[in-house]
Amino acid sequence: MKGSEITLRCHKIVGGYGEGEALVSHEPICFYLTDPKTGIVRERGHELEGKNLANKVLVFPSGKASSVVQIDGLFKLASNNVAPTALIVKDVETVLIVSAVIAKVPLVDRLEQDPFETIHTGDFVKVDAEKGIVTITKRVSGYTSA
Amino acid sequence: MYLTKEEERMLNGEFGEGMRMAMELLVAIGDAYDAERMVPISRAHAASSGQEGDMYFVELLANGGASCRVPTSTNPVYDIEFFERVFEIPKEEAEVARRVKVGYKRIGAILSWCCIPYIAENIPNYGETVAFSESSATPYVNSVIGARTNREAAQSALAAGVIGKTPEYGLHFKENRRGTFLVKVEATLEDEFDYTLLGYYVGKQIGYGIPVFTGISKRPITEELINLCAMLNTSGAISMFHIHGFTVEAPTVKEAFQGDIPKDKITVTDHELKRVQEELQTTSGKIDLVMLGCPHYTLKQVGEVARLLEGKKIHRDVSFWVCTSATTKLLAERMGYVSVIERAGGHVVADTCIDEPCWHAYRDKVGITDSPKCAYYRRFKEATVARLQDCVEAAIKGERR
Repeated sequence: MKGSEITLRCHKIVGGYGEGEALVSHEPICFYLTDPKTGIVRERGHELEGKNLANKVLVFPSGKASSVVQIDGLFKLASNNVAPTALIVKDVETVLIVSAVIAKVPLVDRLEQDPFETIHTGDFVKVDAEKGIVTITKRVSGYTSA
Repeated sequence: MYLTKEEERMLNGEFGEGMRMAMELLVAIGDAYDAERMVPISRAHAASSGQEGDMYFVELLANGGASCRVPTSTNPVYDIEFFERVFEIPKEEAEVARRVKVGYKRIGAILSWCCIPYIAENIPNYGETVAFSESSATPYVNSVIGARTNREAAQSALAAGVIGKTPEYGLHFKENRRGTFLVKVEATLEDEFDYTLLGYYVGKQIGYGIPVFTGISKRPITEELINLCAMLNTSGAISMFHIHGFTVEAPTVKEAFQGDIPKDKITVTDHELKRVQEELQTTSGKIDLVMLGCPHYTLKQVGEVARLLEGKKIHRDVSFWVCTSATTKLLAERMGYVSVIERAGGHVVADTCIDEPCWHAYRDKVGITDSPKCAYYRRFKEATVARLQDCVEAAIKGERR
């Protein structure tokens, strides 16, 4: 059985296309506090501590920390091919936009449904920023239903 | 966002890859904030740093043939030649800093390497539309000068300098410059360190928005305003504020709020400032270094350090640093301040920020500074914060009481 598919409109900020497994963070993210070689979150006490951002579609409320470290953080992940494939955010600000443009990672906001209610870690998500469309395939729970 | 024919052509790469990239970034920002159009700017300040992301972007633009269309100043990196003589700097790191410096030169920026360019190297006037990044610079030009800038990153400010325009949104509109929060000051503010404490406390308390300070009776001097700006925008994310009676858009409280006073307010008394000061004093006892000039010291402040060190000797186990701009250092040399500080055993260094890899040697050392912003960067094992006079006293004695 195939998981149910949901298509949502979104607002493009940085164009491009990215897909992958969703990784949802309810806390703001500082890309500097990840391992630049692997993409593993190193920030102590963060809900994603120990999780890997590499090649995921990252869903999070906003960026945080100073512009220098944030931009450098995402840039280093991208240089090592371990950046997220797309970013879905709620509150966008200039530093996050600059980070995404420089790292060439698609960035969207204003999904027509609350991304934190619609998308869960493990869902498969396609982000077509150019067309302004996010497609979510819900993770099928366990093999029994497959 | 509406783009003119010329802007469309820039975005399509007809003016080269550098301008295309700069335009792509500005359009993304414009789209994010629902800007309707781009507006011309008169100047920009790029908060450059000796780090890889910064190097990548400035080289991308310069290699793509871009150059600054309006005066665009730069933030400190570090004086590479000087620090290579004093410390061991990893080759790769020095190379990044060197390439950043070359990149900004190629792109035609004002090579100020200074974080307070708004007092000497790149000064906006009232009402100018600009793009100024850097924590003290954004609130200073908005609040004190009355120029208009949004909160910029180094790269968005550089892109704006290259295109000569910025997306029109946020603080470019008068109605978005109204106060959102009342701060009643009952504390005694006697010197710039009191303003440091005030900025640090208020930034932490309110986080973001536009505070309106009332109850300040003595006109704040430049250094006090610089510190207020830097700390409001370090412990909080504050791009603008008003001081009733003293900043340009706040002749009256009503004008600062553009109408009614909102319900949100805090009161700051001596008690709060004392508590902040205690909180920032993280250690006592032996110290290894003194770090001053975050933000960069003005000529007046370098002169004050010289006055305090006149005829004194810094303890032989203590390194003593004053960071400032090349412009200020030149004048400080001319006025004899630098030789007084050097005779006492200290250094005055230009072009350098405390948040750079050139300070590696102090990673395991205990420092004292008059700036919570300096302490925040965590370049040292421990950095305790105190008034300038106490920092100098600690330098001479080799310990903090």
